[in-house]
Amino acid sequence: MARVDVAHISKVHMSVKGEPLVALHDVSFHVENNEFFSIVGPSGCGKTTLLNILAGFEKPTRGEARVDGEVIRRPGWKRAVVFQEYALFPWYTVIENVRYGLRRKRLPEAEQRRLIRHYIELVGLDGFETRYPGELSGGMRQRVSIARALAVNPLILLMDEPFASLDIQTREYMQDELLKIWQRERPTVIFVTHSIDEAIKLSDRVAIMTPRPGSVAEIKTVEFARPRDLTDPAMVRLAADVKRWLRRQVFDRSTNTIDATAH
Amino acid sequence: MTGVALNHRTSSSDETLAPEALLAAAMVPPRRKRWRRAFAKISRYWLLAAFIIVWELVSTFGQSVNPQLDVMLPPPTALFSAAQDLWARGVLIMHIVDSLRRVLVAVGVAAALGVPLGLAMGWFEGFHRVVDPVIEFIRPIPPLAWIPLSILWFGIGDAQIEYIIFLAAFFPIVLNSMAGARDTDRYLVRAGLSLGARPHDLVFTVLLPGAMPNIFTGLRIGLGIGWMALVAGELVAAPSGLGYLINNARTIFRSDYILLGMVLIGALGLTLDRLMRHLMRIVMPWHRGL
Repeated sequence: MARVDVAHISKVHMSVKGEPLVALHDVSFHVENNEFFSIVGPSGCGKTTLLNILAGFEKPTRGEARVDGEVIRRPGWKRAVVFQEYALFPWYTVIENVRYGLRRKRLPEAEQRRLIRHYIELVGLDGFETRYPGELSGGMRQRVSIARALAVNPLILLMDEPFASLDIQTREYMQDELLKIWQRERPTVIFVTHSIDEAIKLSDRVAIMTPRPGSVAEIKTVEFARPRDLTDPAMVRLAADVKRWLRRQVFDRSTNTIDATAH
Repeated sequence: MTGVALNHRTSSSDETLAPEALLAAAMVPPRRKRWRRAFAKISRYWLLAAFIIVWELVSTFGQSVNPQLDVMLPPPTALFSAAQDLWARGVLIMHIVDSLRRVLVAVGVAAALGVPLGLAMGWFEGFHRVVDPVIEFIRPIPPLAWIPLSILWFGIGDAQIEYIIFLAAFFPIVLNSMAGARDTDRYLVRAGLSLGARPHDLVFTVLLPGAMPNIFTGLRIGLGIGWMALVAGELVAAPSGLGYLINNARTIFRSDYILLGMVLIGALGLTLDRLMRHLMRIVMPWHRGL
């Protein structure tokens, strides 16, 4: 529902001892309207930092990120976030969690009820409306989180490793469900993951990041029609290519650093 | 293909409610009878009851070994007749009501001031930096040490006693509320902000509910310490109260009144703590079993 422009973003973190650490270096890319865009890379490559900047939780040291031309300065419902650990309010029931953003938008009561109904059905949680998050399984909690984010009608859905804490069966099921929801509602999605398979299965395009300093090394377009079968030989080949390439990038760099320090 | 079918079945099993509810209804045994439930509730007090019985036996039969035992450790039955005696003269209920009122007023004021102060200290680092030295400076001063000054300030009466109890209850309430605010999950703050919450929305939707378990811990500790401070508060210049009863009994050498005062403070403390726990379950339904 919106276009995202990331222009020359760099981010320097300070360590506890006050030493600077370059988390992101000169990252640029565009995400098109209605696109499913993934950011993939090994841990420590700065992909979560990048998502935090897009959400407005952190400010870039250099560069800027824009949504429909407007610079991102602070968090807000236009860029709803789905977190890895769900971040559901434990003191609110499923309904109250989904209602949270609607209430902040001061929507009329009837409209709130309609949207809650719609999104709870969309993620298949009917019958669990009055449960607390503590009473739900991991997969169900993440559905609530997705419903809560979609209900505010965001321009962009930011997802930070949303399925990383789920077991493999639930994760694959949730991936299929997310695709169904995306095909029905067509939000612009920016999806951060460390799983190349997951990125390839879901995305229109995949940005591949490399660490130290975190930067986007390549953006690959995935042309296969959905739903995609990861066991399809062409898909297997693509995933293997990306993995081999990424391993070489990360490995070469770390050997370089070892050489440099040995010298 | 079989893989897909399989994972469909496993993941849909926890989504469909109706058959599950029927299954659960069939498996859960019917609710126990009312007297059985009542018995289950009081059965936890058997150790306390046994303690009282042993006390009774020791005090009665111990007198053959030590004849002074009826003064040194009067048996529960003696306390009971002492209570009947005081009740008949109408003073026992007065002592209880006066002490209870003083503790509740003092702890209530301590909560009304301490919870917001503690939450603000936990939430705003800059505020904490400045206020923390003041708090930690006053905190180690024993409430007892305040008694002379408090009489100068408040004169003789309820306000002075309540001030002593307030001092005792205030700090655990502040520190626990502060710990609660500090424990705030920053992902919940982020989630709130990204759903359109403004900072003051976060106070009531994230900060306060998140700190609630710690606030209750502070209130329970504050209430307990408040009872401890009661006797000190009623030590010097009280016209009534359980602390007064104990102090006065000392001068007239009535150890049964002393023990009666102690037992009543214990019983009231236990009852109030039970009420607090009950309140906690009502205020924090999500917290049950977590």
